[in-house]
Amino acid sequence: MTPDSIEREITIGAPRERVWSLLTSAEHLGSWFGDAGAEIDLRPGGRLELRWEKYGTVRGEVDVVEPPERFAFRWPADHEAGFVEGNLTRVEFTLAAAAEGTVLTVVESGFAALRYGDPIVRHADHVQGWGKELGELRELAEGVAARP
Amino acid sequence: MTPTSAPDPGVLTALADPTRWEVLRLLATTGDGTATTLAAQLPVSRPAVIKHLTVLDRAGLVQRRRAGREVRYAARPARVAEAGQALTALAHAWDARLSALKRLAEDPN
Repeated sequence: MTPDSIEREITIGAPRERVWSLLTSAEHLGSWFGDAGAEIDLRPGGRLELRWEKYGTVRGEVDVVEPPERFAFRWPADHEAGFVEGNLTRVEFTLAAAAEGTVLTVVESGFAALRYGDPIVRHADHVQGWGKELGELRELAEGVAARP
Repeated sequence: MTPTSAPDPGVLTALADPTRWEVLRLLATTGDGTATTLAAQLPVSRPAVIKHLTVLDRAGLVQRRRAGREVRYAARPARVAEAGQALTALAHAWDARLSALKRLAEDPN
């Protein structure tokens, strides 16, 4: 394993069909994801546009549409560089039915293949959410730094 | 909710190879090493180790130091930590988005 992807999961107290429609409709994408609206052509290869008041519009492309189970799109990692090869990561959502409602998993992958990118983000100060291996490496590396 | 910046692609690409990962781990564990000492501990040749060290050096993940006739390499923990922080920031962004979606989905109105 290498640090190429991020995986997060959440349990939602609502049926998959409802989560699916919030996840994939322009109306709702523009509020839980963007903050100033969105557009989506919900089919593989379809255009996705997410808008933020402060950051402008980010263009992506729909990849997988399998209601109500799987939804994926590709979008730019460096939003200024735009939708070009070498600057895209893939985001895949999986919706699993559960007793409590829906378990929604998101995996964003493809970081290691990026060729563009902003300088490293420096504002995160907690180590939670690190890949296990990266955390282990960091501990080893910091152990070395701490030696006299 | 905002879009987020990707981690430094150079660092992540450098880390994405299992042998390079192992080279960096060995350097982090032992403090420093040369292409020769590393090759002795890995199932790859010395020239291959040198290639990997060059990639790690370019990404800023190792520090090169000449000591007499040897070139010694050490891991640079700050760069590894930066890559980790970038991924953490992206993970937090997803947590925030998923929570917003959950609130929408569970809202009875």
